[in-house]
Amino acid sequence: MKRVYVNEQWCLGCHLCEYYCAFANSGMKYMATALKGKPIYPRIHIEGDEKITFAVSCRHCTDPICVKSCIAGAISKIDGVVRMDQNKCVGCLTCVLVCPYGALSPNEKGVMQKCELCLMNSFGAPACVKGCPNRAIVYEERGDA
Amino acid sequence: MKRYVIIGNGVAAVGCIEGIRKIDADGTITVISEEKYAAYCRPLISYYLENKTDLKRMGYRSEDFYQNMKCDVLYGRKAIRIDHNGKKIILDDGSALAYDAVCVATGSAPFVPPFEGLETVEKKFSFMTLDDMFALEASVDQNTNVLIAGAGLIGLKCAEGLRDRVAGITVFDIADRVLSSILDTECAAVMQKHLEENGIRFMLGDTVSRFEKTRAYMKSGKTVDFDVLVLAVGVRANTALVKDIGGEVNRGIIVNNRMETSIPGIYAAGDCTEGEDISCAEKRVLAIMPNAYIQGHTAGVNMAGGSEVFDKAIPMNSIGFFGLHAMTAGSYYREDQGGECHEEKTDGRLKRFYTRDGYLTGFILIGDTERAGIYTSLIREKTPLETVDFNLLKKIATSAAFMPEVRRKKFGGAV
Repeated sequence: MKRVYVNEQWCLGCHLCEYYCAFANSGMKYMATALKGKPIYPRIHIEGDEKITFAVSCRHCTDPICVKSCIAGAISKIDGVVRMDQNKCVGCLTCVLVCPYGALSPNEKGVMQKCELCLMNSFGAPACVKGCPNRAIVYEERGDA
Repeated sequence: MKRYVIIGNGVAAVGCIEGIRKIDADGTITVISEEKYAAYCRPLISYYLENKTDLKRMGYRSEDFYQNMKCDVLYGRKAIRIDHNGKKIILDDGSALAYDAVCVATGSAPFVPPFEGLETVEKKFSFMTLDDMFALEASVDQNTNVLIAGAGLIGLKCAEGLRDRVAGITVFDIADRVLSSILDTECAAVMQKHLEENGIRFMLGDTVSRFEKTRAYMKSGKTVDFDVLVLAVGVRANTALVKDIGGEVNRGIIVNNRMETSIPGIYAAGDCTEGEDISCAEKRVLAIMPNAYIQGHTAGVNMAGGSEVFDKAIPMNSIGFFGLHAMTAGSYYREDQGGECHEEKTDGRLKRFYTRDGYLTGFILIGDTERAGIYTSLIREKTPLETVDFNLLKKIATSAAFMPEVRRKKFGGAV
């Protein structure tokens, strides 16, 4: 299945992916009204140092340990996409404790959120990929599962 | 057609059902559920008291789960004996259930020490099950003073859940610190202070010498008056079904990494078991949710003739109180055991990493828990610390600390 990958040698560390992600998941029509003057809670984030930067988001693992660890049964894998049922999440952060990629984080209300490839929002395809100015983030098929 | 029986209906049972169905679509599955509820995760009961969840949302799986998995659930029934020679389970109504493979997923039960005068206390509760919680909920109001025995995970989550519903809460524990099973002295002090700031009172290093109705006479000579007593001193694995027929049992039912007990055809999973903790290479009862699910799943696959091993179990906990989160994992070796402790401290946040022989064996994080799974994976995968930038990791959990080729492998393909 298609996943989001970053080519770290091309990543500029500009953080635009974070803004596109926050906008895409805001449910709002205009980027400025969605984001201006507000702290953002993106589902993708930039890590790195002065030498190398890269964007991190959910790997949609073949055998996701977050799904097996969620105490509320809020995380499931449906058609290859690891999804979060925010209505069931109680914010215990066990998923943060187990994810080896650091791909889950809470939203402004302490409810967990994660990359769902923009398949559940109005974008329909990863907004971070569309918004990356250097095409460092791609959405493609690499291997099975 | 194979006949599977699962004794218990918690998270391990759900893992077992899903493990069986991964391999065998047709065999019959019967679940023996002492509680009258569909599978839910017990730690959620404190969140219910805080109004962070409700009965409907607490269901661990969707309402049509058992139907979809073609399972028969016997609610309100209890297994009283396994006849492993005749391959059947004897139930409390006298009936028998034949099996080809059985999974014992009986969990644990509250341990109540023999306090003198406990029988004179009218309103006393455990805090393990939904029914425990409902009974407690019905017994408290804004004028209730609650005394909680035990400053462990269960006692303190109960305190958090009750705080806004009652007049006052006092917690006592014979241990000299809170959460003594997962926090060291310094980290426990940080958490205790935070809990006290949120209105919880403590009497640590102290215990009750005698109860007299609504008064507790403490060993220290102090007295505490209360309306409701919650007993959260500890839990014991429910091992009797396997022990009674000569199966190998220690504190929990002994299982190998395929979740087989010492008796052929009998598997066990979840809080009732004792398996290997790879952070210390010893057998331990690891009564935590992720292990329950994974053990159940492993048992299910193997019961159905597939092959799965679970050899990455470590203790780990993520627990928050009144907005302050703590995460812990693995084993903490002292200096005289060859261990080393590395500390990072910044305004109210505390990280402690325990290393030995070039490996991370455990950690405690208070406040700063971001991306903690990166640390957990170092323990679980036994990553040599010389292959990562550990000085960077101590400050911040980041995949930037891995060597580029390792990171590219982690992020570059299907995982």
